[in-house]
Amino acid sequence: MTPLIEVRDLSFQYEDGTRALDGVSFTLLPGETVAVLGPNGSGKTTFVLHLNGTLRGVGSIQICGTPLTKESLPLVRSKIGMVFQDSDEQLFMPTVLEDVAFGPLNMGLTQEEAILKAKSALEKAGMSHALDKAPYHLSAGEKRRVALAGVLAMDPEILVLDEPNTFLDPPGLRNLLHLLKELPQAKLIITHNTHFALAVATRAVFFEKGKLVADGGVAEIMERFDWTYAPLRADDLRYSAQRRF
Amino acid sequence: MHHVLVDRWSRGASPLHALDPRVKILSLLVFLIVLATTAANAAVPLTIDAALLVAGILIAGLPPGTLLFRAMAVLPFSLTFGLISWLAGDSLRAVGLIEKSYLSSVAVLLVVSTTSLPRLLSGLESLGTPRLLVLVAQFLYRYLFVISEQAQHMRLAAASRQGIPGAHRRSRFRAAAGALAVLFAHSYYRAEGINRAMLARGFSGKFPLLKPLRLRTADGLFLLATVAFLVLVRVQ
Amino acid sequence: MHIPDNFLSTPVWVALDAICIPAVGIMVRRAGREMEDTRVPLMGVMGAFVFAAQMINFPVGLGTSGHLVGGALLACTLGVAPAALVMTAIIAIQAFVFQDGGVLALGANVFNMAIAGVLAAYLPLVGQASRPVQDRPGGLSHKAIFAAAFLSVLVSASLALSELLISGIAMPKPVLLLSMGLFVISALIEGAITVSVVGAIEKLNPGFVQKADASNSRTLVILSAAAVVLGVAGFVLASSAPDGIQRLALQLGLTTKSSFHGPFADYAVGYFDSPWLRRATAGLAGLLVIYGICAAVSKLIARQRSA
Repeated sequence: MTPLIEVRDLSFQYEDGTRALDGVSFTLLPGETVAVLGPNGSGKTTFVLHLNGTLRGVGSIQICGTPLTKESLPLVRSKIGMVFQDSDEQLFMPTVLEDVAFGPLNMGLTQEEAILKAKSALEKAGMSHALDKAPYHLSAGEKRRVALAGVLAMDPEILVLDEPNTFLDPPGLRNLLHLLKELPQAKLIITHNTHFALAVATRAVFFEKGKLVADGGVAEIMERFDWTYAPLRADDLRYSAQRRF
Repeated sequence: MHHVLVDRWSRGASPLHALDPRVKILSLLVFLIVLATTAANAAVPLTIDAALLVAGILIAGLPPGTLLFRAMAVLPFSLTFGLISWLAGDSLRAVGLIEKSYLSSVAVLLVVSTTSLPRLLSGLESLGTPRLLVLVAQFLYRYLFVISEQAQHMRLAAASRQGIPGAHRRSRFRAAAGALAVLFAHSYYRAEGINRAMLARGFSGKFPLLKPLRLRTADGLFLLATVAFLVLVRVQ
Repeated sequence: MHIPDNFLSTPVWVALDAICIPAVGIMVRRAGREMEDTRVPLMGVMGAFVFAAQMINFPVGLGTSGHLVGGALLACTLGVAPAALVMTAIIAIQAFVFQDGGVLALGANVFNMAIAGVLAAYLPLVGQASRPVQDRPGGLSHKAIFAAAFLSVLVSASLALSELLISGIAMPKPVLLLSMGLFVISALIEGAITVSVVGAIEKLNPGFVQKADASNSRTLVILSAAAVVLGVAGFVLASSAPDGIQRLALQLGLTTKSSFHGPFADYAVGYFDSPWLRRATAGLAGLLVIYGICAAVSKLIARQRSA
């Protein structure tokens, strides 16, 4: 099986010299759902932003067999759909329909084709009733689903979601979970919510200080890095006090 | 907040709401020009104009009391100048200032309350407004709600810390400036986030065309009828 | 400062609407030149920011508070043409959604605040680009920012006042002087607020504040000097000869015949006619004109030197 994502030895440095990514290698196969775990500032979002060319680091990246270059950006961006953490930044058009049609229109579809794609994507995301609504009238969960629809309308092969569980109440989270399980695309999900990770993913990777330090089963990784809510022991407190939060 | 209410009204459903925005804009312009050129003491034409507006409000299904009240925002300004004009002996102009500026305000409010702003902007673009300006206004409106809510929260947060002893004018001034700077930075980073999201969905430098508007026969008829009626009233 | 409909006489609002079309067109072209549509989100969001910022209270004493207008702030952070464009969008939305300012009078309000006001802010900022970096690590001097904000409000307000006068709106001496006094105070407040906010913004990230690009164009400098002179001239004229303006306006057919004399008018002329106040205001205005010219000249000289 050709990997959908193949990253080899990716490194990235900010202008001030901070090493945000250090020799990261990663593979995503079709059908997988991988949870991306790790402390704040460990490079998860930075890593993911490299996959669609938003950031450009040193190392090789191949999406669906195509090496990521300036020329291949439009193609790559149609294959990898990214849903960001702030839905308000993602829903920037006046109405839901116009926003979801934005992607298809950029891909060169005609007005009618784009609207059809948008409508079918909205149906998949369960938001058909909101076609003419303005984004600020929607709840956090609804915005999240419209953002997802906006990405689905481009028929991507890979879905990347950056902390999709934020601002969602338990029913909202449950709905999202259900929706994600129904989608056939391979998924990469950054999340801090361990329950969510366990429920949605089969595999997990752990980032620490810009390095990808572990790759395995979700429960196994959580156990290894103590990514749980188990009560703290007395000697844990010292460790915890040192940690940023 | 005013724009929240107007936005809600503009998403209603009535024959007026369904009219093409270009038709509404042109009718508004004709109405305003007719009003501006009507003498201040021409009671009959002015009453007919006012009646036309009230009819519009009722057809649109909008609450007349609230709308007529909201349009009064212009009154402090016009009453002040009206009073001055009256005292300076120009009573005709004084009356004209007050009644006509109020009627203009109602007319504009009626149009905005029956046309969602994005559609209004589409209409304006169709009528020749530069695309870049329309896009900026569209984005402004889209984020107006979000950012003004943020500003409200900041005001509340500041107000709830107001009881600090010794927090005199200077420090409050500086605190307000600091709050605005933070809001600025938020807004700037938000704009960067929007750009990222746009690029992720294939944005290549130019916004894809907004939906074109299509004129129906009903729209054309409405425009003709309104313009004819207004001109008749004026010329009378 | 937002003029509602039915205040300006027909020739005045028509003329200003006509002037605005090419003026806005020029700003649109300049703003869209380098970046196509990529800057749209930033401009829109900044417009929303200014809108929201106008709601924040800045205590200025005597239990009152001032509010930011924003033209100079936008000029400092986005550059002149984008700032003018954003202000135009703001004024248009204020007119339509909030009925703050008329629709027929949109040309007048846009000209006063988005074109002349923003251009006037540019003048003090322009001289800064040529200053050596050691002088001020942050970039823009507080004096320049204050002057920019002060001029932008003063020019907008006095243009509005002149337009009202030309349209025949009665304005007896005391009202006139009071208005001009209020304008100066608002301009000072805008200066203080803008300096404070831009300073705070600079501290967060110096990159947020732009130095006015000296290479941008001589045309802009000339236009901005013209805006300042126009605004200040309006101020001077209004303070020294309001009746003169109105008589001239009548002669030129810019306003309809109506009586300018009434009991209050006579009373006003006799009692409140204070020559020293008039002279003082004219003097202040003169100083501003001189400042404007100096700034422009210094900028041109610096250009020569670096050439």
